[in-house]
This record gives sequence, C-alpha cells and structure tokens, in this order.
Amino acid sequence: MRWSFVRTSIKFASWLVVLTAITASAATAQESHIGKLTGNAKRGKALYGRYCIYCHGPEGDGRGENAPYLNPKPRDFTKALFKCHSTPAGSLPLDSDLYDTISRGIHASGMPSWKPLLRQERADLVAYIKTFSSAFEEEKPGAVIPIPAEPPDSAESVKRGAALFQSMNCWQCHGKDGRGHGPSAPTLTDSQGNLIPPFDFTSGRQFKCGDTNRDMFRDLETGLDGTPMPSFATAMTPEQRWDVVHYIRTLSDSKKHVEVKNDASGQ
Amino acid sequence: MKEKSIFASVVSFLLILIVAGTLLVLSVPSVTANPADSGSGIKGVIKFEGAAPKPTHIDTSADPLCSKGRTAPATTEDIVVDSGGGLANVVVYVSEGLAANTSQPPQESVTLEQKGCQYRPHVLAMQANQKLEIVNSDETTHNIHPTPANNREWNMTQPHGVPLDHTFAREEIAIPIKCNVHPWMRGYIAVFKHPYFAVTDKNGAFDIKNLPPGTYTITAWQEKLGTQTQKITVGAGEAKTLDFSFKQ
Repeated sequence: MRWSFVRTSIKFASWLVVLTAITASAATAQESHIGKLTGNAKRGKALYGRYCIYCHGPEGDGRGENAPYLNPKPRDFTKALFKCHSTPAGSLPLDSDLYDTISRGIHASGMPSWKPLLRQERADLVAYIKTFSSAFEEEKPGAVIPIPAEPPDSAESVKRGAALFQSMNCWQCHGKDGRGHGPSAPTLTDSQGNLIPPFDFTSGRQFKCGDTNRDMFRDLETGLDGTPMPSFATAMTPEQRWDVVHYIRTLSDSKKHVEVKNDASGQ
Repeated sequence: MKEKSIFASVVSFLLILIVAGTLLVLSVPSVTANPADSGSGIKGVIKFEGAAPKPTHIDTSADPLCSKGRTAPATTEDIVVDSGGGLANVVVYVSEGLAANTSQPPQESVTLEQKGCQYRPHVLAMQANQKLEIVNSDETTHNIHPTPANNREWNMTQPHGVPLDHTFAREEIAIPIKCNVHPWMRGYIAVFKHPYFAVTDKNGAFDIKNLPPGTYTITAWQEKLGTQTQKITVGAGEAKTLDFSFKQ
C-alpha cells in the first residue's frame, strides 16, 4: 500500500518536473524582452499576419507575395541573420536590436518604419519573428560591442580615412568615388543568392541601420550580416573606424571630398 | 513480505542495468581518436575518368597586389587532376556506421591561408569546434565570408598580418568560402563531428587512420562532381583499400 503511494507520488512529481520544464522553455522561446516590455509571440503572430506576411511570407522565409517586386529582397527570418545588430559579427541580435529595426525600418529598402504600431505591438512582433529559427533557443547573442567617444572630425582624420578606404579595399565594392561601382560590385550577392549593389555613398540616402556617425561606426564593427559587407572589428582600430566614418561623410559632400590618390602599387 | 520482495526486485533491476550498461560501453567501439596508430583504416585513390578538363586562367588584375608573390598566374581549382588521373581536393569520410561521438575536438588548430588571392588549401576538412586559424599572406586586404547552411554565417575583413580565428559548431559538408572583394576566390571547409575524414592530395590519395572495427558507409564529396558512397567492413587492425572514380 505504502509503496504504491510512493510510486504514484514519484510518477506525479516527475510529470510535474517535465511539464514545468516544457512550459518554462516554451515561455522563454516565445517571448521578447525590450526594456520593461515583454513581447508575446502569439499576439505577434496575429500582427505579423496583418502587416509583415505580404513581404516576409507565412513561413518567415522572405517569400511573401510581394517579394518578387522588391529589391533588396525581404529578410529570410529562418536564417536568423540580421543586418542591424549591436552584437559582434555573426552573432544573434538582441531583442532590442530587432525592435529598433522594426521601429526605424531599413533605410534604402522596402522595409518601412513601423513606429505607427504601439511599442507593445512591436515587442510582440520581435517575439514572433524569433520563433522562425531555432537559433534563438540554441544560442545566446554575443556581448554588446562598445562604441567609444567620437574624436573630432578633422581634416587629418578624413585624410587617414581616405587612405584606409583604399588599403581596406572598401573601393573594390563601393568604388573609388564611393558611387558603388567598384570592380567587384557586379558580382555581389546576398545570402539568398540575389544580386545586391554596394551602397552609393554619394546618394545622400540614409544608411540602412541608422544615419548617425555612431550607427556607421557600429556597421563597420559588425558588418551587415547576410550581405557582402564584412565586419572590420579586427581589421581596424576604433580610431581608424572613426577616420573611415569621417571620410565616408565627405563622399556625399563635394566640398569636403578628398580624392583617393593612386598609390605606388598601381591601384 | 510484499515490501521486501519489491525492494529485492528494484535492487536486482538496478544491478542488471549496471551490468548491461557496462557491457554496452565495452562492446560499442569508442569514437575517441587513438593517438597511436591502431593499424586499422581505409586508404585509397580517387581517379578522374576520361580527359581531365584544363584549368582556366583567372583574371586577378582588378587587384594588382594579388599577382605579387605568385610564381604562376591563378587558375581555376574546381577540378584538379594530376598526370596519373588522380583527383585532388575530394573529401572522403565515414558517413554511417559510427557509434555516437564522444571525442573532443583536437587541440591543434587547422590553418586556411589566403595566398596570391586564392585559398590554401582549396578544400579543408576539420572537426566541429576545432580552431580554424585564418592567415592572410597577401599584401592586399581580404574578407573571409563562409556561407554555411547549418552553421552561423560570418564575414570578417582581414588585412595582411592581422590574426583571425573561428570555429564552426555543427557538422556541414561542405561550407563554401568566398571573398567579396576578390569574387573569383572560392574554397570549401568540411566540418565533421567525428575524426574519420581525409582530403585527397594532389595525386588523389587519401588515408583515414585509426578507424574502429565496423561496417561503414564511406562518402566521397567533390565540389563540382557531387558525392559517391561505398560500403566497407573493417576488421581489427585491418587496413582496407577503397577506390572511387568520378567523371563529368
């Protein structure tokens, strides 16, 4: 009698443990946390079906019915690769990075700003977008990259930035005049194999992940995942990255522009 | 009385479990790589059937620094055949028949070099979570951009002399590697969860060492010519020979 009671209680307790584990893991995987906001994937799914599905598709693979008419193509969420993030190259983004992208939109693309949606709604969308890839359950985002204070935007900094634009081979894609017509430009594809042009710095258009100098610095540090734009995290010092930011700013301003001179190697 | 018999049955059940578990562990070949050569393994040569395609010239003139330090102009490497018909850069590996992997990734790292704006080796094989050291021996700046299907994509700029390393967490055969700055650059990295793999040398020869006795499916992967498989049984201390032949 006593044994059967013990066995029943053990059985019950183990079921309880299993159930709690399942609900706990499901809860974390179905949520997003942005500041004080907690996003809910179930609510996010309903919003996704109303606002996002036409481009990003029901499976989140970027194959929505509008996708054929868009360039660049809508993001494939199943790859868990995102252009704009505050974490190192190749790392998952933070929930707040995805929230910022939804809020800001991706400039120079078909992705608009979704600021008209409530903050809670944007947080819910982040929670749902994360469910398209198991990466968010299996891995953790890397540490946020530090952005040091910006040094003065001096003529010397621009000059050093111009030399780096040459030696770092930025010009191979973006072109010597920054118009995006470098020798490698016609060969570039995104991770889905679609042709993708390098950014035209002379266009005056806003940069994809935000238009401040700090945003540009972060782009150079993280690269734009899923595109040919690499990270320069180990390639340049923070001071050098600020120099490149200052130089790139001159490309859209003919008065400030410094010509990249051919060096001895004949480039 | 009843409680006692239940207690006895629980104890005997546990004992059976322990004994069975020990036997199971002893009988299943361990995948831990043996530092000493056990003598058992699979050797072979991979041949290319028919007239070998001639490598074509690659125009690297968009970056004059690429030809610096090159003794010969760059040529395509998608099919490399020697005078005897041996096919280089084929990944040969055990695809079925191994027990669950218990081995740790090797401490030694593997090296991928960028030289003359091509990858050396063109095809590299390594274990998951093993350290990959990436070296830029060129004066120009490269970006190393693996485009995996089963691992995280990663894209880093590497000027000359700056060290860079990376690991891949999951098995994948094989991850294409490209450099967006030099679009002709192409290489592959095969990542395995076990240590039983090899890449054919310039004569098409491969050697998979220290394979535990067992019956295996061996797969040969070539970037352009696809995959082939063969079944083979390897006894204790037995060195088997297995050849493959690819054609276009």
